[in-house]
Amino acid sequence: MRRMLPLALCFLAAPVAAADMNLTVEIPTLKVAEYHRPYVAVWVEREDHTVAANLAVWYDVKKASGEGTKWLKDMRQWWRRSGRDQTMPIDGVSGATRPAGQHQLRFTDGKPPLGTLAPGHYELIVEAAREVGGHETQRIAFDWPAKAPVHLSAKGTDELGQITLDLNP
Amino acid sequence: MKHVFVRAALAAALILPFAAQAHKMWIVPSTTVVSSDDAWVTVDAAVSNDLYYPDHFPAQLDQLVITAPDGTQVKPENPWTGKYRSAFDLPVPQKGTYRIALVNQGLFANYEVDGQKKRWRGSAADLKTAIPANAKDVKVSEMASRVETFVTQGKPGGAALKPTGKGLELVPVTQPNDLVTGEKATFQLLLDGKPAGNLKVTAIDGATRYRNAQDEMDTQTDKDGKFSFTFATPGMYWVNASTEDDKTSTKEAKQRRVAYTATLEVLPQ
Repeated sequence: MRRMLPLALCFLAAPVAAADMNLTVEIPTLKVAEYHRPYVAVWVEREDHTVAANLAVWYDVKKASGEGTKWLKDMRQWWRRSGRDQTMPIDGVSGATRPAGQHQLRFTDGKPPLGTLAPGHYELIVEAAREVGGHETQRIAFDWPAKAPVHLSAKGTDELGQITLDLNP
Repeated sequence: MKHVFVRAALAAALILPFAAQAHKMWIVPSTTVVSSDDAWVTVDAAVSNDLYYPDHFPAQLDQLVITAPDGTQVKPENPWTGKYRSAFDLPVPQKGTYRIALVNQGLFANYEVDGQKKRWRGSAADLKTAIPANAKDVKVSEMASRVETFVTQGKPGGAALKPTGKGLELVPVTQPNDLVTGEKATFQLLLDGKPAGNLKVTAIDGATRYRNAQDEMDTQTDKDGKFSFTFATPGMYWVNASTEDDKTSTKEAKQRRVAYTATLEVLPQ
């Protein structure tokens, strides 16, 4: 009974702290003659492939007269599922392209851009497309909400490096 | 004279898609999906043996009908006709689907003069004066063909996809600019605005030049004119159907040949 207590407290504490999602996306350093930063889209899909949340869209936002939007279609999965329905830039979601390295992203349940996900099975998708480069999509399946802390990961091979997804109840 | 010959060859290519396996008419855009309102596409159109490799005749741009998503007709920019292909540019500022078509309608005649076989293509108004009085074995047929492709900015859809009710036409069930490998794509074929049932439909992956075989995929429309393909590999696909009937608009023509061709881009998953 005494051993059960901390666990019970743990469960009691859960509803107080909002569930969150910590994501690390690695953009690998590529030794190529002509390097451009990749366009990256991160989103959450339901089992029927509809988009539950757009989490990040990194593209060339600084180009004159929105010229950077020309290449958004190259993130073709995202474009088909969601991008083509959006008006760019997306508030709190879209931003400038990022350099090679590890990028930390934190999302909280109930707050944009994650919002409130209904309990269920989802996939987190990271899609990268690079000018004069390649294209890669990585998927991480997860259940929401997490009943206990969950550490999930995927490893890209070309345009994406290590991707980790930590879910906290 | 040369012009007449080219026309006749084009007509033959259009109305005999199966008999003359060699010649296929096509229109192919540089891309079918664009994501900015100042995007342009550039388009090639030709009649050739290998798909999307111009090596025979240029398509005639006077047959070009471009419909914007709002239903208005738009003109091509920088139209040009060369030895083997015609080309033009097209700005696509509107959200929705643009329909880019080569629409061909006219009469086609075969006849014999002094033992020599002749052929002619033209309009109903020119028929009487075009064929000599001493011509024998005059066979006149009417033809209606549509060779088209689609380009979408933003979400597919819009007024351009509405059928005109003339000849063979494709109506989307799956949007024509929403095709990916491994997912079933369904369309409907209409003949004069009504479901074209029980018609053979052929799809060929456009990169025939890099294969030893045509690798034709065939299917049949159902009673509602609907047909489906699941494309295994990404690429520009040439989708074709044709039929014959006696619903001619000119009394001299006993037979009508109708053909439809679409270039559809299938993207990888």
